[in-house]
Amino acid sequence: MNAPLSRPLTQRITSPLRRLSPPALALILAILLFLLGGVINPNFVSIASATNVIRLAAFLGIIAAGQTLVIISGGEGIDLSAGTVVTLSAILVFRITNGDDAMVPVGLAVALAVGAAIGFINGAGVMLVGIPPLVMTLGMAGVVSGTILIVTQGNLIGKTPEVMPRLISDPLLFGVPGVVFFWFLLGGAMWLLLERSGYGRRLFAIGVNRTAARLSGVRVQRMVIITFALSGMLSALGGFMLLGFSQTVFLNLGDTYLFPSIAAVVVGGTLLSGGKGSYWGTMSGALVLTLIDSLLTAVRARVPEIGEAYKLIILGVTLVILLSFYGRQRNVRG
Amino acid sequence: MTGLVLRRIISRHSYLFALLLLVVAVLVNLRLQDNLLEVNVISRNFRNFLPLIVLVVGQSVVIIGGGIDLSAGAIVTLGNAILATLITSESSSGQILLAILLTCGAGVLAGVVNGLCVAYLRLQPIVTTYATSFIFTGVALLILPRPGGDMAAAVRSLYRSTPGGAPFTLWMVFTLIAIWLVVRSTRYGQFLFATGGKSESAYFTGIPVNFVKFSTYLWSGLFAALAALALTVNTGTGSPRSGDLLTLNSVVAVVLGGTRLSGGQGGVIGSILGVVILGLIANIISFASVDSWAQTLVSALIIIFALIGPGLVRLARKAVAR
Repeated sequence: MNAPLSRPLTQRITSPLRRLSPPALALILAILLFLLGGVINPNFVSIASATNVIRLAAFLGIIAAGQTLVIISGGEGIDLSAGTVVTLSAILVFRITNGDDAMVPVGLAVALAVGAAIGFINGAGVMLVGIPPLVMTLGMAGVVSGTILIVTQGNLIGKTPEVMPRLISDPLLFGVPGVVFFWFLLGGAMWLLLERSGYGRRLFAIGVNRTAARLSGVRVQRMVIITFALSGMLSALGGFMLLGFSQTVFLNLGDTYLFPSIAAVVVGGTLLSGGKGSYWGTMSGALVLTLIDSLLTAVRARVPEIGEAYKLIILGVTLVILLSFYGRQRNVRG
Repeated sequence: MTGLVLRRIISRHSYLFALLLLVVAVLVNLRLQDNLLEVNVISRNFRNFLPLIVLVVGQSVVIIGGGIDLSAGAIVTLGNAILATLITSESSSGQILLAILLTCGAGVLAGVVNGLCVAYLRLQPIVTTYATSFIFTGVALLILPRPGGDMAAAVRSLYRSTPGGAPFTLWMVFTLIAIWLVVRSTRYGQFLFATGGKSESAYFTGIPVNFVKFSTYLWSGLFAALAALALTVNTGTGSPRSGDLLTLNSVVAVVLGGTRLSGGQGGVIGSILGVVILGLIANIISFASVDSWAQTLVSALIIIFALIGPGLVRLARKAVAR
């Protein structure tokens, strides 16, 4: 690396990009990646494959919604229990409904309540006992997966109601699956919540500076606990949706979504230090991550000798490059 | 007056709570396994603890410096792959030394990548080191696509030996602690704590903040490579999944040891105690013949209760301060 040369060079490259907001940048990147996919494999650019990518991104996006809230709330906020809550929720719905369409609302309600309760305990541990969120939610992940193991003894009985894949992952209207419509609705709801509600205003306030927020009358403890509870509930919702897609459950169903959910939030321009971010950024981030994954799969289908090893390396390098565009922190020099 | 003294002791020795936990864990473990304190049992336990102990030294330094290294486990996997590929039962001691040096080089290189990204490109440590962990795991997979390896017997017997009556691994632990005590009192040690505590104030007092941050990742990479050495010698094999569980365990051990994730406080000794506590918890669970389906939950609950401890100590410290 040539240090004196590289600094002005990166500045020249990033300065026009800096004028764009990170979410917009991520969205443009997603479109570019999609077109790049067409260069590698002409079949990649089609309405059907675009729909499929958005459908896959929707599951990640829904799971990352709660993560977005927790990260915006600041105080090193992060929810590492999201993955196991996804698994737990899918298992609950799988078992409660046992294939019965009429039981779906009951299953969903129970899953959401359990998710919210887990999030509530996370929030209480963080705020009332003062355990760092990373550790608290990591411990909670262990407790949740331990509970799943004890209760099920590894024996996952149940059945997916047939209405779920029909409403969630199969084409519903104009060939677009229900989960995509739902995701956009959730995007609207999250925008209202973050930008047009008292909750959102207070959330950004505690994310920027908890002391200042407390002094101006925000009940910080209550806000953080509510936010963790919401995160648990949204993860549970993600698990419900995922069941409609996978139609089966296994013990690590949600695990693969945990770190991508954090990465989607960061790629979407939300600061891990809190106080700044948006859900539509997370949505673009989820699209970008899903596209990278689909692209690598497409490349592997065409060039089979690119094994798992290269896929991992390319994924890592791409993530670092993405982060260097807009995952940057403030310079210590101010 | 006593309050002030107590406060100073607690803040200077953040591992006191971990020490208390350790005593409890040892007592419980001793009830279930009465030969726990015999040399050969200690030796066997520390052979299994040492890889994580070496790893948490680096992780502690990164966390004290205000960062976190989620690629530590992946660097262990990488080192494990290199060692298992290069060292065979026919290797001469020169070849073994070369393999170890190469592994350390790879670890340092991985740390340099992390350090450049976090300190100079100012990327957020959690996601960046998570992203680089893919790269390191990928490279490890390239080197060693499937599990295998055939470790030289000489290295294994050194690892299992008990020079001077104490296990070799225990000597290593004492060496690590001694190194830490020296480093902590140097100027670099002070820079490290200052950088992790308030990097802006540190910058204004002329501390090379970015360089210190960069160096923490370099240490973490080096110690991850050494942890890979301990792991490979102990298990005798290489596996592309060998480091997977180590990353999160290293973070848990650091927090158990009383180091705060926000940086600027804590130490290596506590983290090492944290590893021993985690190991003893696993021992207790297996000796208490807990139902195998219940093991995950029991260990998670014990760890959560152990983690609440430092929080309570902090609350107590505040109460004393008042």
